[in-house]
Amino acid sequence: MRQIVLLKDIPDLTEIKLDSQTRAPIIEGVKRRISEVDKRALEAAIRLKEKVGGEVVALSLGDDKTKTALLEALAMGADAVYIVNEPELKGLDTNATSKVLEAAVKHAGDYDLIIAGEMTLDSLSSQIGPRLAQLLDIPQITYVKELNVADGKVRAVRDLEDVDEVVEAALPAVVSVVREINEPRIPNLMSIMRAKRKPQTVWGAGDIGLDASEVKSQSYVQITSVSAPKVERKQIRIEGESVEEAASKLVEALMQEGVI
Amino acid sequence: MSFLVFSEDRELAFQLLGKARELADKMGSEVAALAAGSDPMEYVSQGADKVYTVSGLGGFNVEPYGAAVVEAVKAANPSTVFMGATKRGKELAPRVASSLGVGCMNDCSGVELEEGKIVVERLTYGGSTVAKETSTSTPTVISFPPRCFEKLEPVERTGEVVELELDLPEPRVKVVESREKPKSTADLESASIIVSAGRGFKAKEDLRLLEEIAEILDAQIGCTRPISADLGWMDQWVGISGKKVKPSLYVACGVSGTIQHVAGIRDSQIIVSINSDERASIHGISDYSLVGDIYEVLPALTKALRERA
Ligand SMILES: Cc1cc2nc3c(=O)[nH]c(=O)nc-3n(C[C@H](O)[C@H](O)[C@H](O)COP(=O)(O)OP(=O)(O)OC[C@H]3O[C@@H](n4cnc5c(N)ncnc54)[C@H](O)[C@@H]3O)c2cc1C
Ligand SMILES: Nc1ncnc2c1ncn2[C@@H]1O[C@H](COP(=O)(O)O)[C@@H](O)[C@H]1O
Repeated sequence: MRQIVLLKDIPDLTEIKLDSQTRAPIIEGVKRRISEVDKRALEAAIRLKEKVGGEVVALSLGDDKTKTALLEALAMGADAVYIVNEPELKGLDTNATSKVLEAAVKHAGDYDLIIAGEMTLDSLSSQIGPRLAQLLDIPQITYVKELNVADGKVRAVRDLEDVDEVVEAALPAVVSVVREINEPRIPNLMSIMRAKRKPQTVWGAGDIGLDASEVKSQSYVQITSVSAPKVERKQIRIEGESVEEAASKLVEALMQEGVI
Repeated sequence: MSFLVFSEDRELAFQLLGKARELADKMGSEVAALAAGSDPMEYVSQGADKVYTVSGLGGFNVEPYGAAVVEAVKAANPSTVFMGATKRGKELAPRVASSLGVGCMNDCSGVELEEGKIVVERLTYGGSTVAKETSTSTPTVISFPPRCFEKLEPVERTGEVVELELDLPEPRVKVVESREKPKSTADLESASIIVSAGRGFKAKEDLRLLEEIAEILDAQIGCTRPISADLGWMDQWVGISGKKVKPSLYVACGVSGTIQHVAGIRDSQIIVSINSDERASIHGISDYSLVGDIYEVLPALTKALRERA
């Protein structure tokens, strides 16, 4: 079985500082890592491979920094990494991104399963999985928290609001996973060393048969501003000689506030 | 600038209709809706000028529903498609957008007209920032979660009902089993006081400590995602991927205060944190913070609340 896992490297959210004037996030220079849920998508693929065999390749539309960030995927157990890196294909919206990934998937060879994350934590768009399923015209299985493959079929448990839905579909299919599906492994030193010798292939737009400016013209959504909402909190620490005293002080404060 | 509205959740569809009607009235344009279930005229009284119906849709499945919305878009030819951002809606909206080859802004928190253009607000960067986004495609698909907007008071209006004749695709994903989740009656979005549990709780029984306080304060009980999604102790959680709440008082107990959680409580009037780790980030975004063990603080708090006034 051959699985393609979609990985995006995003700025480490815990390291993003705000511009003191505009409250816009400062992304320049922040270390990039594989988005948290994407790592779990990869872990899910590796666990399936450990069960049924085959190959796991990672695919990313990224830039010059993506190669370094995706070393972690190779260390975790991906067999190969494909990166689309084309200067003109930066800052695309989800429509254009999915077109690039569609072309790259077709170029990356046969596949039985494509695994994505529920959402990336930078853009929170939750779009690429469903879009890719539509473009490739194969089954779309979202919010997966348990994943199995047997007899040419994928069987999954989907985590919806009101139900856990057990579903089945023929392969190939696109699956997107939620964070609860697993705990991703932390690669040991040996695997990290070995990762450096695994293949990383970089493609430009032309390599996957795309005309970059045509794709770019299909990127419709523009971000006009980004800033952190200003929150003013009182930040009062409640202390006391004893827990009881602190608790009483807290109750007093909340009564003063008129909220209880 | 005309609208088409769809959500598989009727209440949410009506909320979206309310907003679409308001925007359309400003611009002198039309609102259409694709109805889910029976009684299309109700969509008219909720603000639609035209209602499309499709027979044989059945329970939600993304392929036939996607096809139906795409056909409704082709029939109505709107410039903007409003969809509900339930989990099902959030996988449907991008699929519809992809079929049409257009832009989509998923899970937005607000929408405005700016110089005749639709501009939405969405959380980004894990929930720490708000982005304003706009799209140049026609149409553009935009989704909103429940309770972003209020539905209109139903009024007697005239509207047209159009039945779409469709060959719906057979779903390729078969539902083998549907396991109901335990349904709590907590209504977090409209609660005025919420006491909330995080991983600081060691066992489900210990939630008793919160239940006592909730009883005294007539509060609802919320939790973080791991308490619900990993441990299954409750059916709904608070945060970017859960409920966005706006109580007058939010008491976070044993909650670390990750950005994904905090993004859901930012509109609270007063935030209280109780966490034994003095460096926990929840303390930094609270009005009142108490560094301590919930297993000691909560019983003391219960006692103090009983004794008050
Ligand atoms: C795509 C995505 C979406 C997400 N969406 C959400 C969301 O909507 N909502 C959400 O909540 N999370 C969400 N998360 C998960 C989030 O990243 C965190 O994992 C989660 O919020 C942490 O929950 P917690 O605070 O309960 O647990 P922890 O981070 O483990 O914190 C537990 C806290 O309890 C304290 N504690 C321990 N024992 C005690 C004690 N005896 N007394 C007092 N304090 C104690 C500890 O000091 C610690 O600070 C999301 C994650 C992803 C990847
Ligand atoms: N640039 C990208 N390269 C590879 N995969 C991506 C990219 N962007 C998004 N994805 C995949 O699509 C999922 C959903 O992303 P999004 O729709 O942006 O929230 C992610 O979790 C990834 O698995």
